Amino acid sequence: MLIHLSQSDGVPIYLQIVNQIKYLVASARLEPGEELPAIRTLAEQLLVNPNTVARAYRELEQAGVVEMRRTAGTFVSATKSPLARKEKLRVLGERIDALLAEARQMDVPIDELIELLRQHHRTMSPQSNKE
Amino acid sequence: MSALHPMIEPQASPPSRADGAHPAVEIRNVTRRFGQKMALDDVSLTLPTGTVLGLVGENGAGKTTLIRHVMGLLKAEQGLVRVFGLDPVLEPVKVLSQIGYLSEEPDLPGWMRVHELIRYIAAFYPTWDAQYASQLQQDFALDLSARIKHLSKGQRARAGLLCALAYRPDLLVLDEPSSGLDPIVRRDILSAIIRTIADEGRTVLFSSHLLSEVERVSDRIAMIKNGRIVFCDTTQAVRDAHTRITIRFDEPREQPPVMEGALMWEGRGREWTAVMSVPANEARSSASALGAQVVEQSALNLDEIFLARANRAGGQTP
Repeated sequence: MLIHLSQSDGVPIYLQIVNQIKYLVASARLEPGEELPAIRTLAEQLLVNPNTVARAYRELEQAGVVEMRRTAGTFVSATKSPLARKEKLRVLGERIDALLAEARQMDVPIDELIELLRQHHRTMSPQSNKE
Repeated sequence: MSALHPMIEPQASPPSRADGAHPAVEIRNVTRRFGQKMALDDVSLTLPTGTVLGLVGENGAGKTTLIRHVMGLLKAEQGLVRVFGLDPVLEPVKVLSQIGYLSEEPDLPGWMRVHELIRYIAAFYPTWDAQYASQLQQDFALDLSARIKHLSKGQRARAGLLCALAYRPDLLVLDEPSSGLDPIVRRDILSAIIRTIADEGRTVLFSSHLLSEVERVSDRIAMIKNGRIVFCDTTQAVRDAHTRITIRFDEPREQPPVMEGALMWEGRGREWTAVMSVPANEARSSASALGAQVVEQSALNLDEIFLARANRAGGQTP
């Protein structure tokens, strides 16, 4: 599980962990039922206070993204909660806003942008490449 | 040898471990002068057991003076210092046997070889964990037969860190531990802090001017300036208590507007940006009270908060 912490923007560290795990789940790089690293392990890996990781995990649990089982550990929720879908849309929405703003700045019309999206989608998915 | 290692007979019973009845560190109304200079000015600070406090401030702000009071190396002229409920000046042995200490320039005997140093320090501490010491020595790739004076700055820092950690102190005190060290050594030091706090009930007090490190590992942050505590709170609360706001007026202005809590103004004409020591909603309402429109508002990282706070002379206009 790759998490990258940035300290240039004002986003608190726990929130960066929350957002990135949500993103990893939403993009299926973390699968339902998959175990997350133990709090201590992730803390040592990211070099952050274990309390910060614990807080991120609690937030993720409240959002229904993960389940914390008493002794066994923390797992990606098996059931896709409606929250998770709402979250996906929210994350995407933010990125779309940023993309649209930049496109407008550079005078790229929406149709061209959509076509660009399709192109990138094709290069990104190896399946459709073979076709 | 540094005076920080208490003389305890190896056979002595282990020192009392932190029982949680007292905060790890309690500093109450401590004042200290060096000649004319006010080094600490009515400083109060509590470090609950099991937390990490990051102490930030410019050089000469009073960080090291504060730490030296905790270590019992300086006696409070006024006020009170307690470490696990004990006065570090009156009971140095009991206090120092519970503190692991590392400073910017660890004071280690240069003529000793690393294995001699380890044996020497181990003898002072009944709680010395030989297995942990040897694990750290391997993790740090410390050459046991090298003389301390021949070690690189980074390896010397690691040797100092090993000596501060291997008796598993209840309180780890680090005074600018990563100053002037390369990122790999800094990583070792941070990782040691993380491992220390992951062990239940251990407390860390560390000073640093690297805000990003402080933010990563601290539960609470205290900023000291001109010998005074500017703020001491959880990282989140410190962030929540500051904001950056950009406001726009109908008419251009020659001077920055006057707003409660503004630490720094930038801008000209109709648009002005302030770093403010008030929560976002308060900044917003004082802007609208001035008849200005809020065009942008953002959170600040610790560096920005620190810079804005350091710029402003603490109550005393330069």
